[in-house]
Formats: sequence, structure tokens, C-alpha cells
Amino acid sequence: MTHIEQLEAESIHIIREVAAEFENPVLLYSIGKDSTVLLHLAHKAFFPGRLPFPLLHVDTTWKFREMIAFRDRIAREHGLDLIVHTNTRGVADNVTPFTYDSRKYTDIMKTQALLAALDKHGFDAAFGGARRDEERSRAKERVYSIRDRNHRWDPRSQRPELWNLYNGNINRGEEVRVFPLSNWTEIDVWQYILAENIEIVPLYLAAERPVVEREGALIMVDDDRMPLDPGEVPEQRMVRFRTLGCYPLSGAIESTARTLPEVIQEMLLARYSERQGRLIDHDAASSMEQKKREGYF
Amino acid sequence: MSEPVTPGSDQRQLIERDIDDYLARHADKEILRVLTCGSVDDGKSTLIGRLLHDSQLIHEDQLAAVERESRTGGSRAGELDLALVVDGLQAEREQGITIDVAYRYFSAARRKFIIADTPGHEQYTRNMATGASNCDAAIILIDATNGVLTQTRRHTFIARLLGIRHLIVAVNKMDLVEYDEATFAAIRGDYETFASRLRVEDLNFIPMSALHGDNVVERSTNMPWYRGASLMHLLENMHIAPGGGIDNFRMPVQRVSRPDASFRGYSGSVASGAVRPGDSVVVLPSGLATEVTRIVTMDGDLEEASAPMAVTLTLADQVDVGRGDILASPVNQPRVSDTIDATLVWMGEEPMAPGRQYIVKQGAKQVFGRVETLRDRVDVNTLEPLPASTLALNEIGRVRLVLAEPVPYDAYEDSRATGSFIVIDRLSNITVGAGMIQAPGGQATHSHWDETPHGALTATGSAVTAEEKSQRLGQTPVTVLFTGLSKSGKTVIAQAVERKLFDEGRLATVIDGQNFRLGLSRDLGFSAEDRSENVRRAAESARQINDAGLICLTAFVVPLDSVRERARAVVGRERFLEVFLTAPIEELKRRDESGLFEAAERGEIPSFPGVSSEFEEPASPDLVLDTVSLGVEDCALRVMELLRQGGFIH
Repeated sequence: MTHIEQLEAESIHIIREVAAEFENPVLLYSIGKDSTVLLHLAHKAFFPGRLPFPLLHVDTTWKFREMIAFRDRIAREHGLDLIVHTNTRGVADNVTPFTYDSRKYTDIMKTQALLAALDKHGFDAAFGGARRDEERSRAKERVYSIRDRNHRWDPRSQRPELWNLYNGNINRGEEVRVFPLSNWTEIDVWQYILAENIEIVPLYLAAERPVVEREGALIMVDDDRMPLDPGEVPEQRMVRFRTLGCYPLSGAIESTARTLPEVIQEMLLARYSERQGRLIDHDAASSMEQKKREGYF
Repeated sequence: MSEPVTPGSDQRQLIERDIDDYLARHADKEILRVLTCGSVDDGKSTLIGRLLHDSQLIHEDQLAAVERESRTGGSRAGELDLALVVDGLQAEREQGITIDVAYRYFSAARRKFIIADTPGHEQYTRNMATGASNCDAAIILIDATNGVLTQTRRHTFIARLLGIRHLIVAVNKMDLVEYDEATFAAIRGDYETFASRLRVEDLNFIPMSALHGDNVVERSTNMPWYRGASLMHLLENMHIAPGGGIDNFRMPVQRVSRPDASFRGYSGSVASGAVRPGDSVVVLPSGLATEVTRIVTMDGDLEEASAPMAVTLTLADQVDVGRGDILASPVNQPRVSDTIDATLVWMGEEPMAPGRQYIVKQGAKQVFGRVETLRDRVDVNTLEPLPASTLALNEIGRVRLVLAEPVPYDAYEDSRATGSFIVIDRLSNITVGAGMIQAPGGQATHSHWDETPHGALTATGSAVTAEEKSQRLGQTPVTVLFTGLSKSGKTVIAQAVERKLFDEGRLATVIDGQNFRLGLSRDLGFSAEDRSENVRRAAESARQINDAGLICLTAFVVPLDSVRERARAVVGRERFLEVFLTAPIEELKRRDESGLFEAAERGEIPSFPGVSSEFEEPASPDLVLDTVSLGVEDCALRVMELLRQGGFIH
């Protein structure tokens, strides 16, 4: 078997194990390429049956419009049980990427919203698309990451994981975040998307898009909610995105890669790690670590 | 400084020139999972950082972060500290040590590597076992300035225990010993001496300086005397034998798939072997037989599925199959039992409590189970078995586990997937143990019982038939095992029976444990393994004696029921009788003129059955003799009666 086939089998094994052992699992769907691969693997795991769990998308209301359109179409075409959760209180309080710093905004509209949704539906297991190669502190993340009643991650209470024997025993109120893509690398994900011909949001491919340059990052003007500085005019540039999230917080990179192989080629040659385009990570060297403890992936 | 030619840069050129070709090649790569073990100061993080750096897999922004940190927190001020590339959690970075298993990923021209980076600190047997459980190969780091240390032995032992068959011993920091060949040779010699006990199938040594890159990716020019491969070259090219265990089909059922009334499938990952539509399978533990009709996947039905593929099977019959059952080929089926002998690595903060109920997860099944017997604890530094009443965190012991219901399983050496289990605490839900199942009956780790004869050999029969011998001697040959603790009267009674038989015109001979140890078994000690091996030799001898037509009276302690069972199998069940001699321990001590029991109680004789190691009473002896109420003569008469009843003396 090739490494991609082995990774696929390993992930399907994990997904099935969770479906068999937990009462109320959910797949956290961010619409990005990793969740898209995760969803594809879940379809494979249960074929010819349907997914035995819903999808949850935490919508900050600031996602790229193309992402939302893609999400709704995929859910419709596959007959998925999609739950969209928004922190409506945050929306009412006008918590936006432009009114708060990225850290506070992310905490309120993503982390708090996610935790509220998990509580509301009583999910005991939540699949995420995180990989260990994304960031140094994730190298130690387990496939099953146990969270306490307050959704907190404690690096000292994580369970040893041997062979493919995952321990999903939890007490009431606790939950497990499950990362079936733990052993995948960025190139594995791209290669799999290519090999399996998986549809992804077109924002990953280069196209002419209206952008403005802010603090060294190219921000796409996705709708008219984006406040422009006096004299600031969006310009059409050939750009693509390495990661997708809230458009005001997602830095584009200039690129001519219009096809997947070209994207992979650029990625391999650029030698910039993936999270650099994600503005929320720039606070401190261990910001991921901090966010994980707070309950965000 | 010119850029070194590395697999990384070769790949880079290919990526630039022809991305489609690169992707095609990348798709064909295989995964190699490698464990790295060494202590904090052996330079392990530096080595991994070096591998990532020299194969150009550190991204520039990460490198910039490392450079920034090297200036502030690195252990070598000013220099680029490659260890920082891999060290992860905040607290660890501040302490300058790695405290958990971390996984690193990189790929070269032929393989994608998953590095399980485990710490070498004293108390982290748990983490090493965890990291090792999924690895095919291990890199064991030795600091050239220190040589082989206790922890080196421990790392090697755990790697072998978890079934890793390919070892690379990296003798690091050669720059600090002036790249001296003699130093390397001496370390290699030391290592080989102790590793010979562990039966490492594939053992490689590399002199190295991770700090300077010598023999990491490129062969070093500082050590022209070394003619072997660089580490990267070895990792890329070493032959990984597939599985090494059984190739019979097994698939633990993870989930029953019933999307509608028309479809019923069984989903799981193939644990070993392969399956095709039309193949017969049995459902275990029920033992029901049926046939595979389809191998269903989203990519279409398959003609064949092999390990470790994740598939869904449909079956010809409406048999009862549930999660946790195993579908297996009817040939060489897994054993089904509620009793499992295993080596257990304890991972809980609270010590293992024999008799306490735990949850045992094996395959796709969770059952309650308890440790019925803790045979001994293995000293991971000396590899000696020690008597133990409990297992503390990071201790390893050999146990007999009794489960609430029978489960299908294999020996770990035959199949990692169906021969492993984890132990879960019922209250805290924490994983507190990891077990490797031993071959049924085989308690010893290096047992000769299971060894295949070397060479192409065929057995020749005797020129005289057994019937002719039997008629001449008026007896049907049989082996009587007199088993019991030291001083229970085994040899004395055996000799009395020999006398009676001789006086009746029969022919018998006595072999006893002590005589054996003076000759044939003079190379053996008194560990459980050695005792077992002594019995194996005795059983083989008894067989020869029986084949010659003689009655064989054997006087051996044989403390383990499983070993007695194996002796019975060697000699032949139809001609093997077990006589169990009993007496209270106080009585045995009274008979003990040489003070053996006292010495054992003072701890001077390790593994002394009844005192410092276990003596299992025979489960179903043919005769039990209470040597307190019965004298030697009475005992001998009863044995004669047993032989007559069995038709062995005519």
C-alpha cells in the first residue's frame, strides 16, 4: 500500500471507532481543505450508509461568501445534517474583526461560539481536521484529545495511545476532540484531494481578486462591510489562499497557480509554513498552545 | 558555503522541473514509522532537527523562529540550535527537555517518515512503549563520550518488547572523541554483547555527529574508516520485512453497517492476511462459519482486501456478528479464551492491583478483566525477572489476565493488531496499562519450546516396533511427572517406584532435576525461563526413553501449569501422568536440611518456587499424594496402582 492509502485506512478506522463508541459525535466542518478531506473520509467510512452524525459549522458571519455557498451546496448534494451555529449575542454586540483585535474577536466568535454549540447539543465527541505537522505544539497532540467539563485541554491528563487502540471512555460532561488526520502532512492532504478528485473551495486556486494591503498582508475585499481607509482602493491581483477562515483575517498570497499541481508545486518550493497566512497565530510563539488550553483547536 | 547535496535538494529540483512526476513518485512512497530514543543529553532533538533541516523540510518562517529563540533560549548561545526545531510545548522548551511522545513528519525520495520522538528519562517507560507500539524501526542514540548506559539497555529492551525488529544504534557526538574508530568499535562491542540476549534481527551501527551533520544525511568525511551508510540512506533503503507474523486473515469488526433493510455489512480494518469474495471465514468467539460475498468500498467492490485496509464485508449467511467479534480464516484461527498470559507495561500513577476489575480493550472489544496472577516483574535494566506483588508506574510484568468473557486473540509476536490490548481504569477512564499477549502456554520470553529445528531435518523411526518392545518388557511405556515444591519427596518416591517396577521385572529409569542440572542442563539457572527450558529438555529425554520402551519417572519442580502442559504435549498425552506431591510449607522447611527455604526467604535465591516465585498447583493431576499422611512406601504403592489402572504394566 502507498502511504496515502495507509493514511486513508488509518483515518477511516478512527472515524468508525468514534461512531461505534460514542453516543453523540459531530464533525466540526470549517469548509477548509482539511475538513473537506475529513468529510470525504467519513463518507468512505460509512459507505453505503449515510453519515451517522451531523456536521457543525461555527459561522462568524465573516467567512468568505464562496465558502458559505460551497458549504450549503455540499450539504444539499450529500443530504447532510448540517448545524450552523453563530454567536448571535456577539453579532448583536457588533463583535467584528474590525472592532476588536483578532485575539478577542476569535475568542468570542469562534471559541465561545464553538463551546456554546457543543454544550447546546450535548456532543460527546467532535471530529476536527487538525494535523500534527501544522505547528510545533501540535506534534504532541493525541488522536483523541480529552477535554474536561469546561472543554479545557490539560497536557498532563492526556492518555497514552498505543497501537490503534483508542480509549474513548469518558465521564458525563467530558468530551473528546478527535483528529483523524493527525498523521497527514499538508502535502498528503493536497495529494489526496488531487488523487480522489475532491471538490474544494475555489479560493485555494489563484484568480484575480480585489485585495488591499494591510500591515504586509493581502486582504481580500469580499463584501462592502470591509471599511476602507481614505484613499484606499482595492486592486485586482492574482492571488490564492493557503488557509481559509474569516476573510478580514486571511492573508492571501500572490500566485499564478490555477491548478492543484501548481498549488502543490508552489507550496513545496515556497517553504513557508501554512499557518503564516493565518493572522491569528502571530501573537506569540506559543499562541496555538494557549488557544488549545482555552478550548479552540 | 555551498549547499550540500541532499535528498531534499534532489527532490527540490524534481519539484521545479516536473511537479506531475514528483507527485506520481510521492504517491508511491511507503510509510516508515521510526522510534527515536535517547536521553536528554544524547542529542536526539538535535538529530531530528538535523534530519529535517538537511532534508530541507524546515520552513523558512519556522527557521526564523528557531533563530530568534536560539539567541534567547538555546542551550548553545549564539549557534543555531536545531533541537529547537522539534521541541514543542512551552514548559518543555523552557526546561530544555522533551517530556512526551512527539510525532514528526518528513519525506525523502522513497519513503515518508513518521518519527515518534520519545524521551529517555528514567520514568518514561510509558512514553517509550507508546511511541514504539506503532513503529517498524528504532534509532537508539548513544553518547560516544558515555558509551552504553543502563538506559541504552532499557531502550533496546522496550523496543524489542514492543516488537520492533530493526534497530539502528547511532553513536552520536563522535566529534567529541575526535572521530575515533576504536571508541566506536568498543561501544559497538559492548552493545552487541548485551543485545545478543534480545534476538535483534536487524542491527545497524552508525558513528555520527548530529550537531555537525556527520553521517546524518551525507556520509562523513571525518570518519573515512566507516564504510557503512548514512542514517538517511539507511532509513530510505533498509528492507522492512512485512509483519513477520501470521498471514492468515483476521478482521476485528468495528461496526455493523445497516443503512437499510437490504444491506448488512461488517466494517473493520484488516488486521492480518487477505480476504477475497468466496473465502470461508469463521466468526469468533461464536465459531460460526460462513462465506464472504462482497468487499464493499466507496470506490467500488474489491477483488481482495489485505492488511491494513479499512473495508466493509458482506457475508453469505445471516449469522450473528457484532462489534468486537473477529472474522478469521478457518485455517490457523485465533485462540478463544477468557484467560490471557501477557507482558504488561504499567502506565498508571496508581499501582496495578491484582484482582481488581479493569476495562480491557482488545481489538474492537471492551471487556472487564482482572489480573489473576502477577508472575514476576522484569527489571528493565538487567532483564532479570524479579518477584513482585504489584506493578508501579513504568514497571513491566508478566501476568495472567482473566476476562469476563472469552475473546479471540493471537500472540503479539504473531499479530500486533490482535495480540495487543490496553487496560483502562474503571473510575478515572485513564489508560493505565498496555499488554502484549504471549503465545498460549509459552511463558518464557526466549522459549525454545517454539523454536523450529534448524536445517532440513526428517525424523527416522526405530527398527524395532513399539509393540515388540512392549511385549519383551511386559509394559507400555509411560512418563510420570512427579511435581511439587522442593523437599516434597519427588525423587525419593520416584526411586521407590523404580525399585518396585524393577522387582516386578519391569524396566524404568528416574531422571531428576538436580541430576539434569549437573549434566545436560549445566548451562541453565533458576529463572522461570531456565526452569522451563530444563523441563523441555527433560520432556524430550523422557520421550526418547519412552520410545526405547522404558517407563520414565521424572522428578522436577515445574512450577507453571503451562509448562507442564507443554511437557505433556512433547511426550504424548496418552503416555503422560502427572503426580502432585503436597505438604504444608512448614513441613517442607522441616525436611530442608540444607537451608534452601531460609536462604530463599533471605532473598538469596531469586525465583524459588513457593517462596520468591509462584508455584501453580496442577489443574488436573492424575494423582495427588499428601506426603505428610502417607509414607514413601504408601505413595509408591499408589503410583503402582495408577500405572496398573492405566494399563501401563501388564
